[in-house]
Amino acid sequence: MASYTLDINNKKHQVEVAEGTSLLWVIREHLGLTGTKYGCGIAQCGACTIHVDGEPMKACVLPVNNFSNGEKITTIEGLSENGDHPVQKAWIEAQAPQCGYCHSGQIMQAVNLLEKNPNPSREEIKEHMNGNICRCGTYLRIIKAVELAAQNK
Amino acid sequence: MKNDLSKPSSINRREFLKSSGGIALFIGASGLFPVLVSCTDEKKLKEQFQKHPVSAWVQLTENGDITIYNPAAEMGQGSMTSLPLIFAEEMDADWSKVQVEFSPQESEIYGSPGWSPDSKLMFTVGSRTTNSYFSTMRKAGAQARYILLDSAAKHWNVPISELKTSNSVISHEGSGKKISYGELIPFLTTPESFPEFTEKEIKKVSDFNLIGKDVPRTEIPSKVNGSAQFAIDVRLPNMVYGVLERGKRHGAKPTLLNDSEILEQPGIIKIVPFDYAIGLVAETLEQALLAKKALKIEWSESTSSGFNSDEIYSDYEKIAAQNEKGDVITEIGDVNDAWRNSSKTYSCDFKNDYVYHAQLEPLNTVIQVSEDLQKAEVWVGSQQGADTKLGVPGILGVPSENVNVHLQYLGGGFGRRSLSDFVEECAVLAKEMAPKPVKLIWTREDDLRYGTYRPMSLQRVKASLDSKGEINSFSHTVVGDGGNLVASGIRNDHYAIPNQFANWLETKHGVRLKHWRSVGHGANKFAIESMLDQIAFDQKIDPVALRRKLMSNSPRALATLEKAVEMSNWTEPSPEGRAKGISFVEHGSLGTGVCEISVDRTTGKIKVHRFWIALDAGIIVQPDNVKAQMEGGIIMGMSSALQERISIVNGEVQQSNFNDYSLLRMEDCPDSIEISLIDSQEHPEGVGETSTPMVAGAISNAFLKLTGKSLTHIPFTPERVLTILNS
Repeated sequence: MASYTLDINNKKHQVEVAEGTSLLWVIREHLGLTGTKYGCGIAQCGACTIHVDGEPMKACVLPVNNFSNGEKITTIEGLSENGDHPVQKAWIEAQAPQCGYCHSGQIMQAVNLLEKNPNPSREEIKEHMNGNICRCGTYLRIIKAVELAAQNK
Repeated sequence: MKNDLSKPSSINRREFLKSSGGIALFIGASGLFPVLVSCTDEKKLKEQFQKHPVSAWVQLTENGDITIYNPAAEMGQGSMTSLPLIFAEEMDADWSKVQVEFSPQESEIYGSPGWSPDSKLMFTVGSRTTNSYFSTMRKAGAQARYILLDSAAKHWNVPISELKTSNSVISHEGSGKKISYGELIPFLTTPESFPEFTEKEIKKVSDFNLIGKDVPRTEIPSKVNGSAQFAIDVRLPNMVYGVLERGKRHGAKPTLLNDSEILEQPGIIKIVPFDYAIGLVAETLEQALLAKKALKIEWSESTSSGFNSDEIYSDYEKIAAQNEKGDVITEIGDVNDAWRNSSKTYSCDFKNDYVYHAQLEPLNTVIQVSEDLQKAEVWVGSQQGADTKLGVPGILGVPSENVNVHLQYLGGGFGRRSLSDFVEECAVLAKEMAPKPVKLIWTREDDLRYGTYRPMSLQRVKASLDSKGEINSFSHTVVGDGGNLVASGIRNDHYAIPNQFANWLETKHGVRLKHWRSVGHGANKFAIESMLDQIAFDQKIDPVALRRKLMSNSPRALATLEKAVEMSNWTEPSPEGRAKGISFVEHGSLGTGVCEISVDRTTGKIKVHRFWIALDAGIIVQPDNVKAQMEGGIIMGMSSALQERISIVNGEVQQSNFNDYSLLRMEDCPDSIEISLIDSQEHPEGVGETSTPMVAGAISNAFLKLTGKSLTHIPFTPERVLTILNS
């Protein structure tokens, strides 16, 4: 067991876990930020996508010990105060989620795209979002939501 | 989270009503006379709940807030909106003031009409939610409105017939008086009698204000800010974590070789052996998972030993050739006689590999068993509802009412969550750990390898033409394991073919199987629709013209065909290198789908560019949501038709996770899926499973048009497509 201090959503959190524990289990099970989801555990589905210093990363394969040195971690809970980030609003407008399980990760991935590229083409959206699986098949609505968010900016 | 296990479960039903005041209407499904109860009168509320069965469908408060209770599981299909919306429509409630919550899991009270007379079910399967609850919710909503109307009539001393309702307000035209539902609460009384609320006494379809409009789904805001709670998100004080290691070979029995080593691992509390698995309980999830990896287990042989799924098709062909009758599903006329008196015959075998549900939330449950082992609280995302309390009472040996199920959102269902194996496993662990709550999590590998698949199958389809070139016989033999799991969708109720025969021939491999979105329709509609196009291709006739003739006795089916033809510009040629294919499916609702594809002839990869669907689902409660179901169904259909397969070698599942079980990703989604909903005043039919089984047939028919060759084996992987192209 070791003690780690994590900077998540602009708040310091201290956890006692074994070295090598995945950031996903720390965030979800130890800290209760359950908006970030477990889907595959091998960085294949993107349900656990979070931001580390603004870059989207798959929390399920990140060992906690590498992320307690002041890295700024953002989860879906920290994306906006009231769930009103332009991407979240566009997601509601497009009625994108079905079961909703993958959509925290989808949104985190999309936010990063629009930060880097405010007017992505359809092909750029597909390429950027390709690592995030949606089993309910909401891909066309996700594309629509990203396009709406780009327009609404 | 409330978790007091000392109180009887009737209290839990009471607790679900907010204690903020207002009034609850106990009406509707139980068939009892409606009763009004003030929510601040704790004693009376408790009394009502003890008068079993009563059902509270709605709660009103003085400030106009309305809470409506949804009795169905929400797995993305929109029940959290559609069922309360039907209620609110009849009640004339102000939708902007409506909150939706899950009803308690009590099927006697909140169940919809089941499959046998007088039975009740809370079973979110078979695309039956809107179809089975439509009348129940309308009647309950109409009763709520009647109570309000009757109370206002007494309050104002005017005849009830002179009153109108709109948007939670009652008005009296003669006097110009108005009162909102909230303001009326102090004057509410229980009427002396109630109308029957027959079709004539409830709203006309043309008067609907909410049904048929695009009302946003109520739970979507919680799904974009991370607050929507799935069972996997539940955390309780003193909770411990459970995992199981199950074999790659279904049904194999484990012998654990290193128990003492495992018990020494950090955080490990207990080893719990199962017939088919080794269970572990640990202080934390990561400790449980580490120890799971360290397990040394010897696995026994099982009934699936020696089974190779790729090689077994040759046996299936032999079974199909034996001409056994098996289980006969359809027998109309005499196919053999028609075959003998035909001008031309066709025969083709179609094959389908196993597919896996891959719902994105892996299976999990949280259960807390009371210290005396007599009661349990269960947090779960389940399609099975309350009918069986998910097997938990049997494991604890306690009466059903001692088990309280807290339904959570489902991170996908697709049929997998209609089986409660994962809940029962958690109950076994929670019984061992009582009174500590246990969260059981299946890893993705567990979920995939110990999955319950859509069975593999072989379809032998034969058809013949009479002297005029009309189809005079159609016979369809399905070979596979699982009865209805392989046989559903084999009937052709909308094709007027004079002689038809369909049967199922059983095989058994010991591989776990379950309903998978659309069940047997996926494989059977593929076979039927492909055979029709093979005939049309050979006869050089338009596949649409062929179906138009066959649908002559089914005007509703025909209307979907004509609409899909119009939407897709069927008669116009596709751009160079592309072709369109068509497919019809009935699964409650009726739909015709058209897709446009191209094929990369060097890689064998099929690209689906566009999809068009015309759907007749009767009355459409939420049009945009129905479209979402169609879109999702097409994507899932494409994923399964183009790339998903589970293969089994010597009884062992060969795939383990999304690295080797490939799901469709965004790069492969079509440019558009256009949907047209046909106007109808008929009773609503299910929509969740109608589009998925269109896909394989529409793709294979487009492929036939494009290349002159037939795809007969799902999935149409690039390797298989190349083999066909080069044949």
